[in-house]
Amino acid sequence: MDLFLQNIVNALQWGSFYALIALGYSMVYSILMLFNFAHGDIFMVGAYIGFGIATGLLALAAMAGLPVPGWLVLVLTIIISMFLTSFVGIFIERVGYRPLREAPRASAAITGLMIGIILETGNLALLGARRLSFPSLIDTVTFQIGSVYVTNKKIFIVAVSLSLMFGLHLFIQKTKWGMAMRAMSYDFQAVPLMGVSINKLAPLTFAIGSGLAAAAGILYGLAYPVLDPYMGILLGWKAFVAAILGGRGSILGAALAGFLLGFIEIFAAWIFPSTFRDLIAYSIILLILTFRPHGFFGQAHSTQLRL
Amino acid sequence: MKKMTTGLIIGLIGLLVFAANGWCFGRKTVIKIGINAPITGDIPKVGEGTKYAARMWLEDIEKAGGLTVGDTKYPVEVVIEDNESKAESAVKANTKMITEDEVLFIVGPQSSKQAIPAGAVANNYETPMITPWSTNPDSTKDRPFVFRGCFLDPFQGPVLANFITEEFKFTKAAVLYDVASDYPKGLAEFFKKAWENLHGPDSVVAFESFTTKDADFSSQLSKIIKSDAQVLFTPQYYNEVALIVQQANELGWKGPIVGSDSWGSAETVSLCGENCYGQFFSTHYAAAGAQGATKDFIDRYQAKHGYVPDDVAALTWDSLRLAQRAIEDTGKITGKIKKDRKAVRDAMARIKNFEGITGNMTFTEEGDPVKCAVIVRISDKGEYEFYKSVCPN
Repeated sequence: MDLFLQNIVNALQWGSFYALIALGYSMVYSILMLFNFAHGDIFMVGAYIGFGIATGLLALAAMAGLPVPGWLVLVLTIIISMFLTSFVGIFIERVGYRPLREAPRASAAITGLMIGIILETGNLALLGARRLSFPSLIDTVTFQIGSVYVTNKKIFIVAVSLSLMFGLHLFIQKTKWGMAMRAMSYDFQAVPLMGVSINKLAPLTFAIGSGLAAAAGILYGLAYPVLDPYMGILLGWKAFVAAILGGRGSILGAALAGFLLGFIEIFAAWIFPSTFRDLIAYSIILLILTFRPHGFFGQAHSTQLRL
Repeated sequence: MKKMTTGLIIGLIGLLVFAANGWCFGRKTVIKIGINAPITGDIPKVGEGTKYAARMWLEDIEKAGGLTVGDTKYPVEVVIEDNESKAESAVKANTKMITEDEVLFIVGPQSSKQAIPAGAVANNYETPMITPWSTNPDSTKDRPFVFRGCFLDPFQGPVLANFITEEFKFTKAAVLYDVASDYPKGLAEFFKKAWENLHGPDSVVAFESFTTKDADFSSQLSKIIKSDAQVLFTPQYYNEVALIVQQANELGWKGPIVGSDSWGSAETVSLCGENCYGQFFSTHYAAAGAQGATKDFIDRYQAKHGYVPDDVAALTWDSLRLAQRAIEDTGKITGKIKKDRKAVRDAMARIKNFEGITGNMTFTEEGDPVKCAVIVRISDKGEYEFYKSVCPN
């Protein structure tokens, strides 16, 4: 029972990363009908930008001799990095995807893979292959409830993830731009004719997705403080699985499926020998998809699918 | 470009040697040594140590005006290939160096994951190779042309099991390892076997694994912590050590965490920080308190690169010196690469009581040295302190 509760805590943290990254995949898909395969690497770029901002802020505080509390640095880092990384997303959309908007979908999907490789190797060329150690901005405080161990970082990660998801939900449901996004996911051919500019909507979607990926990157750095240029690949793939599992283009679905994926992985490693973790976890997901081929919240598209 | 410049300098030195010897005609043979190292990829610090040690060795050779074989001085060229810490790239690098660059001798790859497949290539092409750091038996097994510069995992596993038993008087151990990598997997199994020999079956109460690139070990660690294990053994590389130790602490692990020689990188402490202070691991040499030639090497390396060399750098240095010794022992270089490679291999196998900076070495039939292991404690300042030395009987 203790182990069960402990693993729920573990899975909540691990699932947060999948959920935040899966949201980016799903949002881009709902607008452009393509999966941005560079998204995992945008997450990596976000983590590195976060590293730069955090060390910069710490150095600035030290130079000015101000006793700036760690949590303030952390919050500022998240906000600034989300802002900066969203421009990375806008840039990728402008340079990588817009010229290929009318091209076959396969070309656009390949573009994502190539941009991903460019980001990884670009980072390698710029910073070298050395691992970076993400600064521990807040002291770890461990709470023991019964025999379940929870750290303040875990609580922070889950809380920030959930509030970002809630914020996104509000944006999509309550604002005009959100409405345009929802409309576009219903019919990408008719909506541009109604005066919604795809050239504004697409960069906005990339910006939001990349911002969320940056937040995920910093939270990840907080929990697993070793950064390397290839950290986004595996996580990106798995979050992509979550996006499909949630239903292509479904925001709520992506978030839920992200957490579900975290739970399945953690519990598979707990119940079965850990050697078989991914084998079992992804067999389960394959099984789910067999029975729900459109994922949890996806609908069969009435219009012709472009992927 | 750099290679060209180095080549040019070596060429010039070669010319000078010609003149000195009074040989005005004839093509001079260049001795080429190949280095197969993980310059990029998962463990770039290992590649860096390899590269720096190789450069230091080359400097010495150049200072001496070349490598003396018989009574001739030959210029030396070092070819460094990046294996990106991948098995397939290591194979490619070896094939390229053997067939295109025509190297006489290969030093590397470092990790067993690359050394095992790359060793097969070297052996097939009958090119002598020494892996400085690979401790898995398969690297040299049934391969007359492949040697190693370090002890083996069947030795390291029992060393650690005995050490933990004597030091802490524990009887229950847990193991966490990467199932997708040859080195951790092999060592985890040797440790388990040795531990169960000491404390009976089922004394390894948790034997958990993950796969390369994983960052979250919370599920495995939760299991380990609830299994009433007294000690956690994790034969992982430095990037994973930092994550494992931190997560174990956060999940309420109180016991010691013991590692193997893969912990010995200069980067372990800088990534892991205070979490790793006070932990033990087995390795090839201890930098703090070293003497003689070992100290000279450490001082020279530190003066040049600003940090204490890790075991990889020291083992690479020893391996290059072994290669040098073997080449010198052949007595002459014919210029026919196949014949020379065979002669070097035979000379290598004959080496007895080589005095390396990581200890004395004599090769067995398999091409494995008989040498001692060192248990190191990570001090409260983050230094690798010598704790005790364990030698084979």
